[in-house]
Amino acid sequence: MKLTINGKNYKISAEPETPLLWVLRDEIGLTGTKYGCGIAMCGACTVHVDGQPVRSCSLPLDQVEGEITTIEGLGTPEALNIIQQTWIDHQVAQCGYCQSGQVMSAAALLSTIDTPTDKDIDEAMSGNLCRCGTYPRIRAAIHDAASKLKDA
Amino acid sequence: MGKILRRSFLIGSTAIAGGVAFGYWSYKNPHPNPLQKSLNPDQTSLTPYVLIDQSGITIIAPRAEMGQGVHTTLAALVAEELDVALKDVNIIHGPASKAYYNAAILKEGISKPSTDVSKGAERQRAFMDIPAKFLGMQVTGGSTSIPDAYTKMRKAGAAARIALIKAAAKEWNEKPSTLKTANGHVIAPDGRTLSYQELAPLARSIKLPRNPALKPKSAWKILGKSQRRHDIVGKSTGTALYSMDVRLPDMVYATVKMNPHIDAGMKSFNADHARTMAGVQKIVALDNGIAVIANNSWNAFRAANEVDCDWEPAAYHTSSEEIEKSILNSFAADFKDSQFKNEGNVTKIFEETRSGENTLLEGTYKVPYLAHATMEPMNAVAHLRDGKLDIWVGTQLPTQVVKEAEAITKLKEKNITVHTTYMGGGFGRRAEMDFVIQAIKIAKIMEGTPVKLVWSREEDMRHDVYRPAAMAKFKAVTKDGKISAIDLQVSASSVVDSQMGRIGISIPGPDSTIAQSAWDQPYAIPNYRVTAYKAPIMLPVGSWRSVGASQNAFFQETMLDEIATAGGMDPIAMRLAMINHEPSYKVVETVSKLSNWDKPLPAGQARGMAFCLSFGVPVAQVIEIEQTPDGLKLAKIFAAVDVGTALDPANIRAQVKSAIIYGLSAAIMGEITIADGQVEQSNFHDYDAMRLYQVPAMEVAILENNPHIHGIGEPGLPPIAPALGNAIFALTGERIRALPMNKSITFI
Ligand code: FES
Ligand code: FES
Repeated sequence: MKLTINGKNYKISAEPETPLLWVLRDEIGLTGTKYGCGIAMCGACTVHVDGQPVRSCSLPLDQVEGEITTIEGLGTPEALNIIQQTWIDHQVAQCGYCQSGQVMSAAALLSTIDTPTDKDIDEAMSGNLCRCGTYPRIRAAIHDAASKLKDA
Repeated sequence: MGKILRRSFLIGSTAIAGGVAFGYWSYKNPHPNPLQKSLNPDQTSLTPYVLIDQSGITIIAPRAEMGQGVHTTLAALVAEELDVALKDVNIIHGPASKAYYNAAILKEGISKPSTDVSKGAERQRAFMDIPAKFLGMQVTGGSTSIPDAYTKMRKAGAAARIALIKAAAKEWNEKPSTLKTANGHVIAPDGRTLSYQELAPLARSIKLPRNPALKPKSAWKILGKSQRRHDIVGKSTGTALYSMDVRLPDMVYATVKMNPHIDAGMKSFNADHARTMAGVQKIVALDNGIAVIANNSWNAFRAANEVDCDWEPAAYHTSSEEIEKSILNSFAADFKDSQFKNEGNVTKIFEETRSGENTLLEGTYKVPYLAHATMEPMNAVAHLRDGKLDIWVGTQLPTQVVKEAEAITKLKEKNITVHTTYMGGGFGRRAEMDFVIQAIKIAKIMEGTPVKLVWSREEDMRHDVYRPAAMAKFKAVTKDGKISAIDLQVSASSVVDSQMGRIGISIPGPDSTIAQSAWDQPYAIPNYRVTAYKAPIMLPVGSWRSVGASQNAFFQETMLDEIATAGGMDPIAMRLAMINHEPSYKVVETVSKLSNWDKPLPAGQARGMAFCLSFGVPVAQVIEIEQTPDGLKLAKIFAAVDVGTALDPANIRAQVKSAIIYGLSAAIMGEITIADGQVEQSNFHDYDAMRLYQVPAMEVAILENNPHIHGIGEPGLPPIAPALGNAIFALTGERIRALPMNKSITFI
């Protein structure tokens, strides 16, 4: 099985029914994508497949069609994506465990709607659980990132 | 230590037998600096909290970073006195060591309310340092990290700074008093500078002052101001390391499947089919279930599902109904645990209450078991080889990890290394050792090979140590618009017995957490009695963010609202008239102003308020709600808190909001139920939590009238459930006496 992840090609030997999440984490070592529930209920495992947000815990390897982007591909500490920078400016994270998924969902939202309303944010982000309750800052950061992306 | 502890003090009572029996000398003598053990030649450790080498200055923040931002604030305490910028230091958790024991953890257990700052009460609190030190527990909990570290870590920074100044003085042949420091440098009167890194080797031989002077607050440059969190970049880029993310060469992946029946073992298992599945390396019996070792987590998970286990049935209490009966039956003399409050003559007032001028109110409340449901399921990585064990784990209790590892591997402490990683939430769950013990046992079975143990969310949900289910009964008498008597009784399993029992410590005396925030509230009521009953332990229970206050505030503050509304009194005015503690008075007054309490809301909207003092912090909250066609909407939340000294205001506000949201999840939808001796919930589809669209805007006011500094990880939580219930009563006339609320109310 061949995958393109963050612009790099990988040959994967895991069983075809292995969820993408575990391929990323255990086979490739991209551990930024997190396991929270395994049943598409928490969003911690969110990645992009051809720009669309996908719960990687529920996507079997043999059904992956398209290029994958993970949190590591979005930006790095040395070269932050605007959304990550905004997440830092707003001090969004607490325990941080859900935040890769939050950032990926937010990035997908902002790539389709450049000025999301609160309602758009509600809809796009409610599949991402945060047990630490960072929601107020997530909302603020998305609004802020939207205006920064427009200026960029 | 268990034995010494048992003989030496009683938590929750006044006795501290023979603190001096340990010997003043050995008490005064500090635990050795654990950093000295593993220093490279170029490294200098001036105190257990400061490590300097060529790469820079590292501050040890030896508490669990599980989202509270504690690493940043702890490091700020040292950095302030050391005179370095926070951005210029590295911050690590550091090793497991008694040197990092928590001196504040037992203070909340004394028999005086935290509002009592009399000499006697303060002496009792100070005494608690003695058993705490001998217990040597490096533990994060009870919102104690900041009060414990506040003086200790500032002194560590100040002492290190003095040593560096003395080293520079020697080098330059100047008087220390003529030298200054700034940004990690010592500065001579003529402008010459030496960096702390250059000076560190020279400072090694300098004796540290024991009691260095601390800066006055007015001179603070870092403390008191909102800081950028040290972990924020890692946590925004997926690069922060949780134990879940540790990868070692040739590592294998394990999972467990445990008997879902409470406290029951396994008769036998059949893994014939599972052993043939992809990637499976080993399947073994482990305690009350099996462990699967495979080449990745998912192969381990799916093989575990295919193992046929013959489970023992649960021995007792096989349903929520039976458990509820048992809690109710515990309101009896045989189960009486404490009566920390008994003022006036409650019995007499009730006997006299017959005439129409007085109102008698009665009620019963209940709350269910709750899971912690941390975002990161329980996991650990362990590697046993060549007579050494390394374990990477997100733990709130690193010194206990060492003890468990010693017992299982028979290795000496010096051959055991605990790497405490970031934690994807803790909330009390990561003070437990169950998953740690399993990881070490599996590492022993796989000796030579590193093992990552990951619990599935399902195992995590069904094998938690839950917030106890609890009940309360109250009776109250009001006369002439004033409360003349309250009798409040609460019944719950003992968290202290259950939790401490699991680590082999038994603590005599009452469990102060059963009555926590029920007996010690700053209300002056002439006849006031609070009795706590200890129900048997049914499900294993543990510390859950804010512990006993999480249920008792709901009981106490719903009761007060019932009393207020029955007597036509304004809930805030009624409380203000009774509160006898200035900082508490001020938070209620502040939240009243902040929320425009006196200004009526339009039809279809209402507000409710509640107050709770827990972990020394008075907190008042007001919530506004609104009826919509789709259900009840939370519209706005206001909170006022008093932590004494606010070290990092932005972080404090974040913690209060976090606690409110965690508390709302519990109040609105949180419930663990039992059927057929098993926990019925298994994942977020049946144990959900607040989602972004449900969370309203919030405003938090921080006050500083409290005479002591207190931590804020938990105190924001308790008032929100009663505030919401009280708002619902104001809106609909329906009184919420049981949680969760979504059983009777539709929320959007
Ligand atoms: S782990 Fe995929 S949605 Fe929870
Ligand atoms: S930051 Fe901890 S779960 Fe979201």
